Amino acid sequence: MRTFIGIDLGSTTTKAVVMDENSAILGRGITNSRSNYDTATRVAKHEALIDTRFTLFRRGLGAIAFGAGLLEQFLAELERAFRLEQYLEQIGDLERVCGDNAQGERFRDVQGKIRDALAEVFAQLRKDAPALFAKGAKRKSDFFRDIAGSRFMAIGEEVAGRYKFPFDLLLNIYDRSIIEVENRPPADDESGKLLRALDRAIGFMPSLAGQSADVAQAVRASLAIPLEETYVVGTGYGRVTLPFSKEHIRSEILCHGLGAHLMYPETRTVLDIGGQDTKAIQVDAAGIVENFQMNDRCAAGCGRYLGYIADEMNLGLHELGPLAMQATRTVRINSTCTVFAGAELRDRLALGEKREDIIAGLHRAIILRAMSILSRSGGVKDQFTFTGGVAKNEAAVTELRKLIEENYGKVAININPDSIYTGALGAAEFARRAVVH
Amino acid sequence: MNARAPKEVVKEASMLKQKEMISGNYAKLASAKEQGRKVVSTFVPGNLNELIMCFDLVNNLPEINAIQNGMRKKTGGYIMEAEKRGHSEDVCTYVKADLGMIAKGNLGPDGHPLPAPDALLLSYTGCFTFMKWFELVREQYKCETLMLHVPYEGDGHATKNMRDYIVKQLKEVIIPGLERVSGVKFDIDRLREILRESAKAESHFVWVLQSAKNKPSPIDAYFGGVYYVGPIFTAFRGTPDATEYYRLLRGEIEQRIANGQGPITPDGEMKEEKYRLVVEGPPNWTSFRDFWKMFYDEGAVVVASTYTKVGGVYDLGFRHDPDHPLESLADYCLGCYTNRNLPSRIDLIEKYVNEYEADGLLINSIKSCNSFSAGQLLILREIERRTGRPAAFIETDLVDPRYFSPANVKNRLESYLQMIEQKRRSGIAPPAAAMPGAAPAAAMQ
Repeated sequence: MRTFIGIDLGSTTTKAVVMDENSAILGRGITNSRSNYDTATRVAKHEALIDTRFTLFRRGLGAIAFGAGLLEQFLAELERAFRLEQYLEQIGDLERVCGDNAQGERFRDVQGKIRDALAEVFAQLRKDAPALFAKGAKRKSDFFRDIAGSRFMAIGEEVAGRYKFPFDLLLNIYDRSIIEVENRPPADDESGKLLRALDRAIGFMPSLAGQSADVAQAVRASLAIPLEETYVVGTGYGRVTLPFSKEHIRSEILCHGLGAHLMYPETRTVLDIGGQDTKAIQVDAAGIVENFQMNDRCAAGCGRYLGYIADEMNLGLHELGPLAMQATRTVRINSTCTVFAGAELRDRLALGEKREDIIAGLHRAIILRAMSILSRSGGVKDQFTFTGGVAKNEAAVTELRKLIEENYGKVAININPDSIYTGALGAAEFARRAVVH
Repeated sequence: MNARAPKEVVKEASMLKQKEMISGNYAKLASAKEQGRKVVSTFVPGNLNELIMCFDLVNNLPEINAIQNGMRKKTGGYIMEAEKRGHSEDVCTYVKADLGMIAKGNLGPDGHPLPAPDALLLSYTGCFTFMKWFELVREQYKCETLMLHVPYEGDGHATKNMRDYIVKQLKEVIIPGLERVSGVKFDIDRLREILRESAKAESHFVWVLQSAKNKPSPIDAYFGGVYYVGPIFTAFRGTPDATEYYRLLRGEIEQRIANGQGPITPDGEMKEEKYRLVVEGPPNWTSFRDFWKMFYDEGAVVVASTYTKVGGVYDLGFRHDPDHPLESLADYCLGCYTNRNLPSRIDLIEKYVNEYEADGLLINSIKSCNSFSAGQLLILREIERRTGRPAAFIETDLVDPRYFSPANVKNRLESYLQMIEQKRRSGIAPPAAAMPGAAPAAAMQ
């Protein structure tokens, strides 16, 4: 079947959306951009194509009469089994690369110990793997680097202690190896992994009973549908590095405008707060951009700022919002300069302010800056759509709602759970229009 | 004919002529002291070059030095030097580039020493910073300052009172002052002769600017325009050299129109004119080539710009007039672009968008120039409303390399051009740019 792919190469994450010729979204994929747009593009696209397979499975399985909730349960099981297969494959790769990197002068005296320790670490990683992808398991991140990394640290430290050599040695090997593994294009054998996952998933679901043969057949049939990459459009800061010709590249402002329009056709104003820029876009009834403003030379008050604050406080990025929600008052923060953020934070802490109150102040500062960009673009019109990574932050959203109501009155505010894909969605639609229109 | 190599481009007679004129003036400045010639520093808007010539003074233009240094990537260091001496980050970067250059030995853009000025001629006060700038320079050189107060056209037009006020100052302050500094007696007939020459060059110049009404436009009226304004805005207006420069330039452009050719860029001739833009605001000088490239790579040509009017809005009809010498100097000072109020600026830009059949307005807002930037967003909204064409906003700086973010500028510019394209496709805005193969329009005056 023909597919149309949009890729949004952001400063923090790279997103891909696969669309069919009727503008229906088939799949989405995301990965960290890691300053390597080539790999990020490949990984995001690959993930989106896998997601597309799952959409096709769902369509293929639609003909089978399942008991209540069984289809969802099976698809979730299948996805978890597939993620596990994928994870195990990358763990294998990481083990091999770590082995290669554990050579040289530095390791001469401890070579044997390191080899044994690595074998033990990886055996444990494999053993732990099914639990990581089991039903209900919580993961801080879905990126391999984050999942494998945190487990590697925990196990490695303990093992190094027992083998009596500095943990730093293992850490050094890991640091060198993870980059190589992470930047390796995904292996080709997706069908193989999906089929192995299929067996695993069916094994986990005795409730399928007599239907398992039909299920397996439907999945295999969907897997056999060839996916043609009919047209690809790239957008985002990394767009110029894409090996695409000019016709395949669109500005992210246009893509965000169109993406928001596709999600909410009544959208007239779009705010996107991404990793390093904030864009305010006015669109017409057809999703065509009429006006836009964005932050100038510096990324003050953008997503990266929150990332930096999270690092300073030794928190995960997604923990900031909930922390801010606990605030009892909002500390006034004037500077949204990323460079000064750390100093500002420590200064406030030294004055005895509570962490949550400071964090609440930082969120407000970001949104105030966004409000200024919005007003310069022509204000907020009904409906208003908020996109980008920061739209996932509850504290930022609360502050934004408040300020919009204060300044522009009652306006419908749309925030899509998949808003991070807005740019990629717009790009996919541009790809579709390039061929279908 | 269509694939001219950049090497050939450099050989355009007008370009060589201008290069020779500019280096000639720097050579004059470098040798002024040993030749016993007096030097006067002055600014571009409202400059009194014809009057300066009457006293055999050599003209030094600090803004032009800053621009030339900016294009030669020297201003970054000069600005840091000025900041080291206590000037804040937000001060006009022309000022800091100039003060930094003076602090670092006052070598001109061509590497030769610039002389200490014998007088500072502040002939235009529409930019308040000019006054402060010369105050700082005066502190340095302890030289005479001659100040001509030019009233702002706050109501959108000049009055007889304003004109009389300037003429009175010319007679009572400026001319006696220049006589004192130079030791040369003022001769009004000499001024008339020079003004006659100015007017000739001015008419050619207007023809050059208006050639952009053709499709495709044979010139870029912003990036190319800043070169075309060179002689007429600076030390050459009123010289036969300037007239000769514009005569050569006009000939070259006539040829390009006859051949249906687009503007010449640093990478050769621009191929296809896809977008026609009007630009408001000065360009960025430190990344001038990169900035321009972002436009011509996308097929965007600037057909009219306001920056090329800071040294006189000649296309609205003003000419220096030998029959009314001092009065026309007064009118000149009053009428330059930066002395016009916001409604007049909006009217002018609207006229450009319509008469030059532009796709829309792009504003390059300058971080360190409040004189230009204040009110620009109002201009943008009003132009959008009046013309129905899209406008966009980018932000850079004059000569501070730290304030040019290529990714950001490119992102906004490309978004704007794609926005125009999208509007055309949806039928909201008709294509303003020439279709390939279209015959050049007979829009010349």
